[in-house]
Amino acid sequence: MTATEVPTRRRYGYDELPQLLESMPGEEAIRPSTLDVLWVLYDRILNVDADRPDDPGRDRFVLSKGHAPSAFYAVLAAKGFLDPAVLPTLQQFDSPLGGHPDRVLVTGAEIGSGSLGHGLPLCVGMAHGLRATGRSAGVFCLIGDGELDEGSNHEAIAYAGRSLSPDSPSSRSTMHRVGTAGAAGSPPGSGSPAGPRTPSTDATTEHWQPHSRRRPAIVRRSSLRRWQPDDRDHARRVHRRNA
Amino acid sequence: MTATMRDEFTDAMHEALDADPRVALVLAEISADAFVDAAERHPDRVINTGIREQLMIGVTGGLALTGMRPVAHTYAPFLVERPFEQIKLDLGHQDVGAVLVSIGASYDRSVSGRTHQAPADVALFDTLPGWTVYVPGHAGEVGPLLRQAISGDDRVYLRLSTQTNAAARQVDPGRFEVVRRGSAATVLAVGPMLDRTLEAVTGLDVTVLYVTTVRPFDGRTLLATLGAPVLVLVEPYREGTSVPFVAAALRHLPHRSIGIGVPAVELRRYGSPAEHDAAYGLDAASIRRRIETVLAAQPAI
Repeated sequence: MTATEVPTRRRYGYDELPQLLESMPGEEAIRPSTLDVLWVLYDRILNVDADRPDDPGRDRFVLSKGHAPSAFYAVLAAKGFLDPAVLPTLQQFDSPLGGHPDRVLVTGAEIGSGSLGHGLPLCVGMAHGLRATGRSAGVFCLIGDGELDEGSNHEAIAYAGRSLSPDSPSSRSTMHRVGTAGAAGSPPGSGSPAGPRTPSTDATTEHWQPHSRRRPAIVRRSSLRRWQPDDRDHARRVHRRNA
Repeated sequence: MTATMRDEFTDAMHEALDADPRVALVLAEISADAFVDAAERHPDRVINTGIREQLMIGVTGGLALTGMRPVAHTYAPFLVERPFEQIKLDLGHQDVGAVLVSIGASYDRSVSGRTHQAPADVALFDTLPGWTVYVPGHAGEVGPLLRQAISGDDRVYLRLSTQTNAAARQVDPGRFEVVRRGSAATVLAVGPMLDRTLEAVTGLDVTVLYVTTVRPFDGRTLLATLGAPVLVLVEPYREGTSVPFVAAALRHLPHRSIGIGVPAVELRRYGSPAEHDAAYGLDAASIRRRIETVLAAQPAI
């Protein structure tokens, strides 16, 4: 979405995500399995800035798993992409927030999703386009475990592993990462590590950080238990170590 | 040997890749050997996804999302029908533009059977918003239409065929060309149907419009040249595809419109495209008989 005038909005912290989530109507307001992953991405990994949402050098985060997007909207609001005042309008006729995010309506949404299996192929195209335009931005894709049944994902995985690796003739320093939320089996040859079983955001951070931004990678994230408050002391120690 | 539409597309595509760093070409194995050198010159902008058409269109959409001008190309059924949801969502729903260029129109691949034939392609694009559709009638018209398509940022379908007229015409993208004037009816000949249509209407008092831009539909030229409100469409794809657009242009007038094109039958025959023309009533003699019947019909008053 093109923003001509972007107001600098207040940012919210991890502890404030519950109140943002609860401001959205409907039973699907809490989705912990994507919430932690999304928070870690937007808080610690992604090079994105809500004050410059169209910066062509920004990292691209693609929510391929578009259903139940409340966690995504909450994180976007926390990071200043959305005005929190719009959260209570979720799914109303004139709301920019629908049951699945629409990139035309939602600042910070890189794609409109909802039908499964579309995000990863779009990401492959984005990675090529960024490379062609000389950008080193990263492309990140969040896929649901059930979503991985869709064959279009496997077209993208088979292609990207070969054609977007540093060893392919056209490689430069494009960062590229693919994440799954859920306990899908590892695709052959992906080399992904087993996901930790704790739901802490720090384990999630450790999960993402070591992966080289130079080659396509698949991060498999086991399904999380119900959302719990973070361990703030542990978070500070880990954050300093990784900084 | 005369260049085919596919040859002209290959040449024009090479020029476009060389001239504009935003242009990218996405292939799914088909025609890849024609672009090996281009892929070496522009490795990030000539992409072969392999036989993965869902990925092909997804990649096309992703390229557009990063500001590139992508062109995706393969056989019509595999470009349009197989990844139709990707066309709907990865292009339309993302609100991005792309140029889709097909070969193997309707029954060009007569020997290959139904699996390689897609006469419903244009009708499918009519179910989606925001598509421009070009149907050239000769290889010489392909370059100008491709360049026109690439120059914009919108969604364009360019339909190439082995069926051809004898000579290229000067195309004005977006406008019907008035080939001849008459008063008893207006016959719209789309793309490769022009020559056989002109042969069919020899001696008949009809206007013939040559159509290479089928969408958006140039209702203005249709109205400006209208004699008797009797309209005959001669289309190389599914019969009647453009009838609703004629009706929309003439909604304020009582009129008759007849669509000649490929009927909705599965022939289960091979042979040549000319044999299929005859089987579907799309040769010059059959078209003439249809138009004579239309002209002879008395309106019910």
